[in-house]
Amino acid sequence: MFFLAMVWRNAWRHKLRSALTLVGLVVALLAFGLLLTVVDAWYQGVNASSDKRLVTRHSVSLVFPLPLNYLGKIRAIEGVRATTYENWFGGIYKEPKNFFPQFAVDARTFLQIYPEFRLSDAERDAFLRDRKGAIVGRKTAENYGLKVGDNITLKGTIFPGDWDFVLRGIYTGGRESTDESQFFFHWQYLDEVVRQRQGARRASLVGLYVSEVEDADDIARIAAAIDAQFANSPAETRSETEKAFQLGFVSMSEALVAAIRAVSYLVILIILAVMANTMAMTARERRAEYATLRALGFAPPFLATLIFAESLLLALLGGLLALGLTYPVAALFGQAVSKFIPHFVVSPQTSLLQLAAALAVGLLAALIPAWRAARVNIVAGLRAVA
Amino acid sequence: MSAPAVRLVDVHKAYRRGAQRVPVLAGLSFDIAEGEFLALMGPSGSGKSTLLNLIAGLDRADSGAVIVAGENLGKLPERLLADWRASHVGFIFQFYNLMPVLTAFENVQLPLLLTDLPRRERRAHVEHALALVGLADRMTHFPNELSGGQQQRVAIARALITDPPLIVADEPTGDLDRDSATEVLGMLQRLNRELGKTIIMVTHDQRAADHAHTIMRLEKGVLWSRDQNAAAVPGRAG
Repeated sequence: MFFLAMVWRNAWRHKLRSALTLVGLVVALLAFGLLLTVVDAWYQGVNASSDKRLVTRHSVSLVFPLPLNYLGKIRAIEGVRATTYENWFGGIYKEPKNFFPQFAVDARTFLQIYPEFRLSDAERDAFLRDRKGAIVGRKTAENYGLKVGDNITLKGTIFPGDWDFVLRGIYTGGRESTDESQFFFHWQYLDEVVRQRQGARRASLVGLYVSEVEDADDIARIAAAIDAQFANSPAETRSETEKAFQLGFVSMSEALVAAIRAVSYLVILIILAVMANTMAMTARERRAEYATLRALGFAPPFLATLIFAESLLLALLGGLLALGLTYPVAALFGQAVSKFIPHFVVSPQTSLLQLAAALAVGLLAALIPAWRAARVNIVAGLRAVA
Repeated sequence: MSAPAVRLVDVHKAYRRGAQRVPVLAGLSFDIAEGEFLALMGPSGSGKSTLLNLIAGLDRADSGAVIVAGENLGKLPERLLADWRASHVGFIFQFYNLMPVLTAFENVQLPLLLTDLPRRERRAHVEHALALVGLADRMTHFPNELSGGQQQRVAIARALITDPPLIVADEPTGDLDRDSATEVLGMLQRLNRELGKTIIMVTHDQRAADHAHTIMRLEKGVLWSRDQNAAAVPGRAG
């Protein structure tokens, strides 16, 4: 009790210095947590993927479509439970800045394979019945004030012209990691209009197929079987798990993710230097006190513990404050960037990493001052009157 | 005849200043009897503080023997020397050297934390020691809430708290006004007379030295003179 009281009072001897160090710690740990959450958000598609879903696309690039007639052949492969298909649409809602992902999907099979996109029965039926019907995620609906029954016009970029839809449902995510920012409409509507506007040569093409398999352990064999089916055809395929497919997207921005990660650790290194400086100043100022304690018979480990405890106390306070602030700040940040980062949620691992970083800073910052204090020369120290 | 409280045998000590070796004590040999109040005087650099540090076990001689309370301090390893200091020596410093974040009570209690005394007994000891130096009503005050004289009295209580046989005081009145200095010196005399403590005090101040039984003068690391102060020895005063 006495020891703790001494540590606590020592920590607040220079209130301004301690407060500034604490503010620095909180800001650094907050930034660390937010940056790690940005990295997590990058991997959100990977985390949301199912181990029973297989994505088949053109072997050369996603840019090249596949013929619709592959559908029957993929479905016929043993172990495939269901297959759906979709096209990236890339339309503009009112202004180019209003971005949200849009896909033309085979609605019935899509909703079967992706049960995490949750709709009420009435919304689901209305969507399936209306060829011009569309559904949108809760976040995008909130962002743009969209309501069921609204008429929505998208300006096509890949598929030119104005595209009119009627909003038939607003889905919610079945899992925390489900992306609630997407917009889905009927592939058949897209195909029909493309056929009218651009001719049959551009019709009956899909961007990719997604198959649900019976057994996740059998997924490699099924992927190989699909690709073998279309080998030496004009449109060879590349099949991979949904997770690998999503990771492929992440790897395109790997350098950026690595840079964000590096910055997050750099922030911790900077605050470590600040904290180490604070502790070094503190220990230097108290040389005479440490020498007095040694003269009175206190052993070097006691002095080292005194410094470690003070440093850890400040670091822990900073860590807890940062932890408490991370959630509300992340919520505000998430709202502000929801168009681009639909799933901005602080994970428990991030909180643990913040706390671990705080404790590591506390320990490392005290290392040299504690070592010096433990080795203080009593006679010289007693002359160093504060 | 009882063994001396302190015995020095041919003690040498030098410091290094860069490549240069500066001798401070040059073959000092003398005894200090138990219960003596000795003042160490001499000009700056004469070696009096170094001598005090050796006797208190804060520093080690280069050669020779420093024997205090029957213990040859040069032969004690660091860890045991720290334990020995805790139980045998009470320290009083010029600038009090109190912990600023601790109250008077807590400062006095510090040395007792190294003992096995239960909390209640520690409390009783501290209260008694503070009462002895007239600060029973200042127990919860922090050092910066006390005058210089009061802080030095807290330091005296801290020096006493483990009931050590030896008290070393390095310029205990050097930072005090005359009234406070007289008060502190009177207190040291009482500790010597009433509690039988052996006291070794380094001072520049002849008035302070006049409170001691013996005045020892050092000059360039050697013993220059050792005089009895008849006025301060009980029973010999005129």
